[in-house]
Amino acid sequence: MEAVIKTAFPYVVISVGILLAFQGVLMIVAYTVLAERKVLGWIQGRIGPNRVGPWGVLQPFADLLKFIFKEDLVPDKSTKFVYFLAPMVALTCALLPIVVYPFGPSITSVDWTFLPFGLGEGVKALPLTIAKIDVGVLFVLGITSVGVYGIALAGWSSNSKYSLMGGLRSSAQMISYELAMGASVIGVVMLAGTLDLNGIIYAQQQSPFRWYIIPQFIGFIVFLIAAFAETNRVPFDLPEAETELVAGFHTEYSALKFALFFMAEYVNMFTVSMMCTVLFLGGWYVPGLSHIFEVGSIPYAIVSHIAFIGKICAFLFLYIWIRGTLPRFRFDQLMNFGWKFLLPVAIANVIFTILIVYFLNR
Amino acid sequence: MVGTALFFLFAGLAIACAISMVYHRNPLYSAISLVGVFISLSCIYVTLAAPFIAAVQILIYAGAIMVLVVFVIMLLNLEEDRPMQRLRYLWALGGGLGVLLLGQTFFIFWAVMRAPQQAVDPNTTAGKTMDIGRAMYTEYLLPVEIVGILLLMAIIGSVILARRLAQPQLELVVDREEERRNLDDEE
Repeated sequence: MEAVIKTAFPYVVISVGILLAFQGVLMIVAYTVLAERKVLGWIQGRIGPNRVGPWGVLQPFADLLKFIFKEDLVPDKSTKFVYFLAPMVALTCALLPIVVYPFGPSITSVDWTFLPFGLGEGVKALPLTIAKIDVGVLFVLGITSVGVYGIALAGWSSNSKYSLMGGLRSSAQMISYELAMGASVIGVVMLAGTLDLNGIIYAQQQSPFRWYIIPQFIGFIVFLIAAFAETNRVPFDLPEAETELVAGFHTEYSALKFALFFMAEYVNMFTVSMMCTVLFLGGWYVPGLSHIFEVGSIPYAIVSHIAFIGKICAFLFLYIWIRGTLPRFRFDQLMNFGWKFLLPVAIANVIFTILIVYFLNR
Repeated sequence: MVGTALFFLFAGLAIACAISMVYHRNPLYSAISLVGVFISLSCIYVTLAAPFIAAVQILIYAGAIMVLVVFVIMLLNLEEDRPMQRLRYLWALGGGLGVLLLGQTFFIFWAVMRAPQQAVDPNTTAGKTMDIGRAMYTEYLLPVEIVGILLLMAIIGSVILARRLAQPQLELVVDREEERRNLDDEE
């Protein structure tokens, strides 16, 4: 019995961690939708949703119930298997990067020996990351690049010209901007000397600038612009472009399948904001916090975690703000901007960073 | 134990996806199956303590190359592959290649059986990013440079081909399409 508990214990801990992480991220994502409608309302001189619950706080749950109970229409001439597969691919690829999120610093000050059956023996640290992956940056970029299939296949399988146009546009757009995004990350990776997300945060604490946004400002701007394009948000929302393509790739999707695409888009926004925070704003690191709380203690972890979520929410607000401010690009403008401006700037930034790293290390 | 189970799970998935890739008549289904093969292979790389190779496998093959393939299939709207008249020499060629492949498989089995059995060191860093980078830029510098020049040549070549053929080629495709439509109408 004791042996069984001992073997099962790590799996239980990991399962609880996964549950907490996914629940937390999905709750924030649900409230991002509400925040978006509220903030857009204020920008446009309206009130926004305010009927469900006090100040409209229960609106996300009302929306979810509506999506569940709506009639699920499937187009007659669609390619059924791919039509069902596409939203699942989109949401799976959006949710997978959560496993490498660096939610906070490891908690090292707690003595775990009070646990029964000697479960706490030899446990030194409780990391606030689900999976420690050596190549976290590549993992996130890779999984999000697989997410293109969700949109492209949805556009193709719906057998509608608007959907197909949206799907084609999105694959072209996401391939183009992935390059600029990857090139802008290289600068940070060179300065930090690691592809591990937690490792990049620790490297920033050691660097004289504290946050990489200062030495990598050009990289930050390129990453931010590419991030808007990667998540199909205004001003790069050409795959949906409601004034030209009805609703783009998800025109033929209804009820819960549409909700999956909707959720995938917002989780992707969260992931990209997380990447921005970790790569350029020091992740969970708050300068000077180690003077107030002991590093590795529980209050240090809690404050760091709140700082991490706060930085991400600031980026999410930026998304909404820009949606309320800027008009949409034309498709040829989008392609020209990506290939002829953003990519050369990103590569110039890489060369510049190589020189800096070379002269600093000499 | 868990590692072996995972290996058989992903190896089985990879083989199933590969078979479905060959047997599907719809090119898009084949492309999706091939993505499945790449993702399964990448999972096997993870169990072999090579996370960098796994991430690059997904990033480049599944995330970039296959997206382009799917893009082209969608753009050309290829129809389902119809069974065509089989030529006799194709049968011979296919049979010969099949026998060759079978021989290769048996050779690999034979080589694996004879190889010294050695457990993988769990603390090995051979698959880690830093060791791969170091090996590429010291020990294998010349091959890396040669591959880089080869890829550069391929890129320049494709750009030149695309530039020269862009206009006439496009017109040709349009003409052919119109001809086909006219024929269809006549029928």
